[in-house]
Amino acid sequence: MNIMLELYGLIAIGATALAITRTIPVHGLLYLVVSLLALACMFEQLGAPFAAMLEIIVYAGAIMVLFVFVVMMINLGQPDQLREKGWFAGGAWIGPSVISILLMGLLVYGLNHNTMAVGTVGAVIGPKAVGLTLYGPYILTVELSSFLLLAGLVSAYHIGRRIGGNS
Amino acid sequence: MTAADPNGALIVAVILFSLGALGVLVRRNLLFMLMSTEIMLNAACLAFIAAGSRWHMADGQVMFMMVVAFAAAESAVGLAIILRMHAAGRSTLDADTGNRLGG
Repeated sequence: MNIMLELYGLIAIGATALAITRTIPVHGLLYLVVSLLALACMFEQLGAPFAAMLEIIVYAGAIMVLFVFVVMMINLGQPDQLREKGWFAGGAWIGPSVISILLMGLLVYGLNHNTMAVGTVGAVIGPKAVGLTLYGPYILTVELSSFLLLAGLVSAYHIGRRIGGNS
Repeated sequence: MTAADPNGALIVAVILFSLGALGVLVRRNLLFMLMSTEIMLNAACLAFIAAGSRWHMADGQVMFMMVVAFAAAESAVGLAIILRMHAAGRSTLDADTGNRLGG
C-alpha cells in the first residue's frame, strides 16, 4: 500500500544518475543535493526522523557547502563573465528545479496521506531512543569518531596551510 | 497504514551504491570522484537505516551518525588535497595527471 518510499527512491536514483553524468561540477552538485533531500525523505519514511534531519543539516547543508566552496575557489581558468553568463542562462536550473518540485509534491502528498502505526515493524524510532543508544552501549564509538573528526581537522589544516604562503 | 517496507529501501541502496561505484570508476574529475564516494556512503547509510527500521532498533541510526562523521572528515581532507593541488599550479582536476606530482 505504501508506495511513497519507492517513489522517493526513484527520485534519488534519477537525481544521482544525473549528478554523476554532468560535466560541470556545480550542475552535478545541484542534482546531488536533490538526491540527498530525497534520501532524507526516505529516512523519514522508514521511521528515522532524526537521521532525516541530520541528513539535511549535515549532508545537504554542511558537506555540500564545502564542495561549493571548493568549486568557487578553484577557478578553472575560464573568464568570469562567460561563466556567469552560463549560470544566469537558466538552463542549468531547470532540471534540479523540476526534480525538487516533484520531490516537494511527493512530500506534501505523503505527509497528508500517511500515518505511521506505532508498535509495528518499521515504527518511528525517535531521537530519544537514538540518544540513549548512542551514549549507552556506543559511547566508545562516539569517542572514536571524535578522534576521527579531530584528525580530519588537523590534517585539513595542515594540508591547506601553505596555500597563502606560496602565492 | 503501516510504515514503509524496508525491502525497497535495500534495493534502492544497492542501486545507489552501484551508481557511486560507477561514478568513481568512470569519471576522472576529482570533484566528481569525491561526490561519488559520498553517494556510496549515503547508500550504506540507507542500508543501515533500513535494517534498523526492519528490526526496530536505534543502532542503525547510531551507525548513520558514525558514517556522517566519517564522510565529513573524508570530504574535508579530500577537498583540502584538491585545493593544495590546485594551489601548486595544476590547472586541471583530472585524476590521471596525479603521476606528475612534483615536490
